[in-house]
Amino acid sequence: MSHTEPLPQSWIEQLRALAPAMMAASPYARALGAELGEVERGVALLRLPYQEAFIGDPSTGVIAGGVVTALLDQTCGYAVWSALDQFAPIATLDLRIDYMRPARPREPLQARAECYKLGRAIAFVRGLAFETDPGDPVAAAQGVFVLRGKKAGAELRGRTSPPAKTTVKADGELEGAATNSSLPEDPQ
Amino acid sequence: MTPEVLAAVLARIPYVAHLGVRAELHGDEMTAVLPYSEHLIGNPMLPALHGGVIGGFMELTAVIQLSLQSGDGAPKPIDVTVEYLRSGRPRDTFARAEVKKVGRRIANVQVEAWQEARAKPIAALRGHFLLAART
Repeated sequence: MSHTEPLPQSWIEQLRALAPAMMAASPYARALGAELGEVERGVALLRLPYQEAFIGDPSTGVIAGGVVTALLDQTCGYAVWSALDQFAPIATLDLRIDYMRPARPREPLQARAECYKLGRAIAFVRGLAFETDPGDPVAAAQGVFVLRGKKAGAELRGRTSPPAKTTVKADGELEGAATNSSLPEDPQ
Repeated sequence: MTPEVLAAVLARIPYVAHLGVRAELHGDEMTAVLPYSEHLIGNPMLPALHGGVIGGFMELTAVIQLSLQSGDGAPKPIDVTVEYLRSGRPRDTFARAEVKKVGRRIANVQVEAWQEARAKPIAALRGHFLLAART
């Protein structure tokens, strides 16, 4: 961090810079209005402002489950992108959502997702949606994504060690996060 | 529930208007319709409908079907699993829900969504829903 020598921009930095344009290019991402918050290797956080258009229960003002699904789907997608080395098209194969409680009306929602295993063709992700406290979640997601690009092959674990050596100092936090997000004991 | 009553119930739900969903009722069979609209596109390159739109649409289909059968208040999703089979093209999407079991508090529902052919579903949903307590 103390070095002033400019290092090549990491993929995470590129993704962070690209995210607003990616969201703007996707009509439904725009309609949803979520913004990328923190992103690190294998982990992404999105923030979703409350909209009256999302209400699924007019008697309470609680947003529809589908909005939470869309937010978690998108957050899981960004977690997968953040685990890659470069942009690749991805598609949701399977997404399970557990709804723990209704989202609080008129409050923004956040979602945090973690890509805990990245294979050649498949990425495994899990995430939580909450207003402020991840310990008191609105919903949990477990997703499987398909990587569609030709170069989608690299393994998350393999990539995080030797070749990244030169960027460890500048990217210390990201490297640490990558290690945490690919725990070998994680269930498949 | 008559088609008119159903349409009135749906008209009160902002999320239904957000997606643009309508329900077609023929006897006891309900088909939910998601007319194509540009704002539903998730991936502009393909282009393809947003996965969250398809998931939300099928969840809504399950809720409408359950409301038709049980009547009292809106059922709430407990858990849903969405399987994406084909990418959603920029065209109208349809869905039908099948209630596999209704217990005292919980119902199990399966939904399929399709576009050009019912036999080629673009996505499927399985889920449990908490029924409104009967008074």
